[in-house]
Amino acid sequence: MIDFTEEQLERYSRHILLDDVGVEGQEKLLQAKVLIVGAGGLGSPAALYLAAAGVGTIGIVDSDVVEISNLQRQIAHFSKDIHFAKVESAAEKMKAINPDITVKTHRECLRAENISGIIKDYDFIIDGTDNFPTKFLVNDACVFLGIPFSHGGILRFNGQTMTVIPYRTACYRCSFRNPPPPDAVPSCAQAGVLGAVAGMLGTIQAAETLKYITGVGELLTNSLLTFDAKTMIFRKIKLNRQANCPVCGTDPQITELVDTEKTVCGLS
Amino acid sequence: MHISVNGEQHEFNEVEVSISRLLEIRQVESPEMVAVQINGEFVEMQNYPNTYLKSGDDIEFLYFMGGGSQ
Ligand SMILES: [Zn+2]
Repeated sequence: MIDFTEEQLERYSRHILLDDVGVEGQEKLLQAKVLIVGAGGLGSPAALYLAAAGVGTIGIVDSDVVEISNLQRQIAHFSKDIHFAKVESAAEKMKAINPDITVKTHRECLRAENISGIIKDYDFIIDGTDNFPTKFLVNDACVFLGIPFSHGGILRFNGQTMTVIPYRTACYRCSFRNPPPPDAVPSCAQAGVLGAVAGMLGTIQAAETLKYITGVGELLTNSLLTFDAKTMIFRKIKLNRQANCPVCGTDPQITELVDTEKTVCGLS
Repeated sequence: MHISVNGEQHEFNEVEVSISRLLEIRQVESPEMVAVQINGEFVEMQNYPNTYLKSGDDIEFLYFMGGGSQ
């Protein structure tokens, strides 16, 4: 049992007031370790909210530096941060919001050979990456290690997210199988994205993380939440774990992590 | 034939509608950016031409969405 200081009781009072969270829930948050993959459009709001919420240890992975075109939506980064490492920029804001927490920066690309070592000590992972090879790599590594995670994607005015509890609920590959061919993929860099859509989705991922840690409510498992900010229609599509899933199915074809082409680095 | 596509109701006069045909009817520009499920079950892309819909089927086109970091 943590002895909360006066300052902590005040800082987290609006959580503690919630019947479902309380002192016990806040204690779980302070003891939790969450890794955010990507300090961009989704990772920024997620990182700030998790820091503010008092998630005790937050890791953040990204190899990039801040560019001016990021600032339209990647709200952890300010104009003064241009050319600086995104992980350092994000960590600075997180510590400024809440000096109570530990931020671990991983300024590197996730690849088949380093991902397990980076993610293994975390309780929950937020996927805020910008490319499909890394999304599938995060899925597979989390499934192999049994680490729950939140998938997130955005494009133009749309967002989608699902929470995965490996071997218990549908994983990303259960529904999406394989990365689409690279030439078919419009990225945010090519197709554009409404800045606030990144905030909406990253914030939903942060809420799922807090729910998972505190055990409150029902997670977005076995369902894909999609929304269209043009109409503000939100849909929750039912998903099932698939027995023939190549990674979490009964006879998996994927049994080790491999890099598909263009994994992570230098995609802009 | 009456089916649901992404929650919208569709009435078809055609007797045989395959997934491939439905992707055309719905004017999906890049089918490789869509994962298809019928009544919650994943359908392999190579089976689109010979997978026919039945009245009452619930079809979901799940769009690949990247984005996030850059
Ligand atoms: Zn699966």
